[in-house]
Amino acid sequence: MTISTRPVHQEDTVPYDEALSRYEPVMGLEVHVELNTATKMFCGCAATFGAEPNTQTCPVCLGLPGALPVVNATAVESAIRIGLALNCTIAEWCRFARKNYFYPDMPKNFQTSQYDEPIAFDGWIDVEVPANEAGEPPFTFRVEVERAHMEEDTGKSTHVGGSTGRIHGADYSVVDYNRAGIPLIEIVTKPMLGAGDRAPEVAKAYVSTLRDLLRALDVSDVRMEQGSMRCDANVSLMPVGAEVLGTRTETKNVNSLRSVERAIRYEITRHAAILDAGEKIFQETRHWHEDTGITTAGRPKSDADDYRYFPEPDLVPVAPSREDVERLRGTLPENPAERRRRLQAAWGYTDLEMRDVVNAGAVEVIQDTVASGASPAAARKWWTGDLARRANAQGVAVTDLGVTPAHVAELDGLVTGGRLNDSMARQVLEGVVAGEGGPAEVADARGLELVQDDGALQAAVEKVLAANPDVAEKVRGGKVQAAGALIGQVMKEMRGQADAARARELILATLGVDA
Amino acid sequence: MSNLSRDDVAHVAMLARIQLEDHELDRLAGQLDQIVDWVGQVNEVAAADVPPMSHPLPLVNVTRPDEVRPSLTAEQALANAPDAEDGRFGVPRILDEE
Amino acid sequence: MTDATTGSGTSPRDLTRLTAVRMADGLAAGEFTSVELTQAHLDRIERLNPALNAFLLVDADGALAAARAVDEARTAGEELPRLAGVPVAVKDIACTQGLTTTAGSRMLEHFVPPYDATIVTRLRDARMPILGKTNMDEFAMGSSTEHSAFGPTRNPWDLERIPGGSGGGSSAAVAAFLAPLAIGSDTGGSIRQPAAVTGTVGTKPTYGGVSRYGVIALASSLDQIGPCARTVVDAALLHEVLAGHDPLDSTSIDAPVPPVVAAATGTRDLTGLRVGVVKEISGKGFQPGVLTRFQEALDHLRALGAEIVEVSCPHFVYAMAAYYLILPSEASSNLARYDAMRYGLRVAPDGSPSAEQVMATSRDAGFGDEVKRRIILGTYALSSGYYDAYYGQAQKVRTLIADDFRAAFEQADVLVSPTAPTTAFRIGDKMEDPMAMYLNDIATIPANLAGIPGMSIPSGLADEDGLPAGIQLLAPAMEDQRLYAVGAALEARLAQEQGGPVIDRLPEVPETAPEPGRHTAAGTTQEGTA
Repeated sequence: MTISTRPVHQEDTVPYDEALSRYEPVMGLEVHVELNTATKMFCGCAATFGAEPNTQTCPVCLGLPGALPVVNATAVESAIRIGLALNCTIAEWCRFARKNYFYPDMPKNFQTSQYDEPIAFDGWIDVEVPANEAGEPPFTFRVEVERAHMEEDTGKSTHVGGSTGRIHGADYSVVDYNRAGIPLIEIVTKPMLGAGDRAPEVAKAYVSTLRDLLRALDVSDVRMEQGSMRCDANVSLMPVGAEVLGTRTETKNVNSLRSVERAIRYEITRHAAILDAGEKIFQETRHWHEDTGITTAGRPKSDADDYRYFPEPDLVPVAPSREDVERLRGTLPENPAERRRRLQAAWGYTDLEMRDVVNAGAVEVIQDTVASGASPAAARKWWTGDLARRANAQGVAVTDLGVTPAHVAELDGLVTGGRLNDSMARQVLEGVVAGEGGPAEVADARGLELVQDDGALQAAVEKVLAANPDVAEKVRGGKVQAAGALIGQVMKEMRGQADAARARELILATLGVDA
Repeated sequence: MSNLSRDDVAHVAMLARIQLEDHELDRLAGQLDQIVDWVGQVNEVAAADVPPMSHPLPLVNVTRPDEVRPSLTAEQALANAPDAEDGRFGVPRILDEE
Repeated sequence: MTDATTGSGTSPRDLTRLTAVRMADGLAAGEFTSVELTQAHLDRIERLNPALNAFLLVDADGALAAARAVDEARTAGEELPRLAGVPVAVKDIACTQGLTTTAGSRMLEHFVPPYDATIVTRLRDARMPILGKTNMDEFAMGSSTEHSAFGPTRNPWDLERIPGGSGGGSSAAVAAFLAPLAIGSDTGGSIRQPAAVTGTVGTKPTYGGVSRYGVIALASSLDQIGPCARTVVDAALLHEVLAGHDPLDSTSIDAPVPPVVAAATGTRDLTGLRVGVVKEISGKGFQPGVLTRFQEALDHLRALGAEIVEVSCPHFVYAMAAYYLILPSEASSNLARYDAMRYGLRVAPDGSPSAEQVMATSRDAGFGDEVKRRIILGTYALSSGYYDAYYGQAQKVRTLIADDFRAAFEQADVLVSPTAPTTAFRIGDKMEDPMAMYLNDIATIPANLAGIPGMSIPSGLADEDGLPAGIQLLAPAMEDQRLYAVGAALEARLAQEQGGPVIDRLPEVPETAPEPGRHTAAGTTQEGTA
């Protein structure tokens, strides 16, 4: 075995624009998705996240002598649904295969996966790439999907530093196998060409689109920060005008949307530097470092990667009937991108407003809020405004605040019905979040209600006018804006329990000015 | 002619994670060469159009419902472990670990 | 069968000579208790196991507790399964919760499973006291039980000879009356060949007929679990306990168990039955005495009304080669889990070794030569660039062998051959020649490749050495009952013609093993003093 040495310029980079002037980037993305099934891929152990170490293991997922796998029916259905949502062909007959390699976090020292017979293949998905900061316009890019196949996750090893090792000077690792055997779907794209300088954005948009799609399918938690969705990015460059693909590197550990874009961008600039120097790309695995924004060399590809795939003899083939496939096709949700377009039109949101809604993860709740009777504008205002801010501050999802779409619709009704003003409505919302009850209940309990009696309001107006003769004079002279300061004082006088619009009307009427 | 050299055997043994000692390598290499030569007989059969048989059973679609079954306790899981720490398996340092 | 006098005056030791059927009947009739029966076997094990090394572990307390529970249940009038209270031995390849399970390997010397194999659960459900775990070739790789890390098992017919393998512990235990019944596993003949060379009965059921869950895998697509016994009907009773669908084994057949007990106790008339003699595995290279008994058996089958036809299975000549590619390939992957990380022997080289280095040194230290040979062979056969020529081609040959069987079963209802080419050879004779060892399984391997059921029953003693020979019966998949029907008829006829069952001619088993002979591999014998 000859071990090639790493050329000298392997860690240099050139500016991005320069790289793109000479090379066409080609990307391939491999996304691993942990399914949200109740149990593991091949055994009945619970697949929940965050349990005490090694409490969700059994002879099968620990790879004990004699243990045998049995396929999780729901995982197969999820795989088929994912394949269908990605416009793939679903195999009429496919098998599991063993991918043989030794690694301590892999109990059997083979991963039960699929090799040349994936359950889904030859699909595509259209990705909407938004306008970028440089002012380049939005566009749609079709990502071709090579395959989606079923496999199992590994355990989790944690390195323990040398100084804490029991053997003096030694370091060691500890392994938790709770994650071992959790169902994974690996989605592999065909080489993505032609995106030019927008390639990193395309990659990010693809992963983001995939995430939305998987969430809509309800097959995975798709939490990149928890590792339930993980991305490996292959990058190669070819000189502009060339037809042969260059040598690629595979960057692992790209586990946020932002990292997908950054890591690919970095690899493009690194590859370009190497090629500019007339050297060869070293085919290897690279690790992405989110903090420093660079990749570093991992293991070189070698014959240690001779995985010796062969059909898994402990499992029988999976042959989904066409009836089952059609039944599952019937369970597919509307494509998230199409659905967004439809809803945006129906709600009359601008692109920017819609993007805020999507980013806040509020599409569903707004839909429900509107269905409960609120106006789309009000629903958006509450969910992406006050509620999104609160959720952000608490580090939870907007849907986890304890406020339901029905609450928001009810609150909107109280405002439009003239019972509450905006600031009162905010106080009511605070009470709802605090668990004091529904909006009407909170408003009652806190005594929040606009004063409807013009007499009290008129008295307050007159008092304020008397105390501010110069301002009153300005307004009377035509500077209507100056009334704002008076309204504030009237509201204060009324302890907030007044309708500011009515106060304004009364001020102007009292001063004899037309509104 | 030799099918399988001593170096080949050493290489394949490392793929199989077996650190053979020199005297073992000497003994096994000769035997394996002979065995590989003998099993190579399968290539005398003209079978280009014969489908491979990986399994004696014609079964398909054997699955189980997605229902949780009891797991082992951590104590049971770790009972045979050569080394354990805080409910986890203790293993020597792993190369190429992040 | 040795006369089994029963009643109050019976010495418990005599009980071991009974058939399992007779034991079950005696227990049901209250002639003796399960505790007496189990203790009789434990006593005999204690006396003879030092010489035989058939058991690696004897669980006297567990067996007696189970026996006591059966006796109490019987006294209380509970309805009990047919074999309740009849003790059984389990090959050390099946996981037994709380009982060390080694697969004959140093690697698993101290491994205590936290779970029972499905077949062990079935034995417990059948209320059969488990006497202990029997010796075997390491990870079932071998045909002599000499590849056990814990010393060879000796053949009770001649302690200087092998009891067959890999299940030599089970066959020796049954032949020496240490257990009436035992569990075996058969990947290429490991139930049938030991049965043949110890004068006992062994069945490899149809692939998928018996659950493999919890049975340490050798080659997943070939392994099958089955019964070892001294009579065909005893084997059928145990077969019925073991067989049946198991949701924990994806390759388990979800269909009714073939009616093996009914077949074993049915008519002895074989009129109209077509018996095919497989030309390719019934002559060349076989010991004359083995062939003589085989030819006589054919005459007896004829006398019972069967029609003997010759069939040809032309691809069987490639079966061995295909087998020695498929088995090592699957085994190399199945045995990858023995890496010293989660369980098993851990041997670390000096210094501060990595996990990879510890895996490699542990696997070198924990595995014996034959295991290493096969793992390396299998790794090679699956590796990049060789897959098509070796593993891939072997699978095509496998198809052709299955096709040969299909064609043969159009001409015959059952197929027959001698089970093994020779009687038991001497310990040490073939240890340095793996290829010669492999040839023991020439007649048994095709059934595993095709997944069909097979059985070995004694055909008599070979003239030249006075040692047992076996005849193998083969039937189409899921037709296991044919083996029992033909086996029982032939067994009865042979006993009649030969003056009693073969096992009755077993000589007194010495209580000490002979000095290690010049053939015996150094360091493998445990008994050295006379």
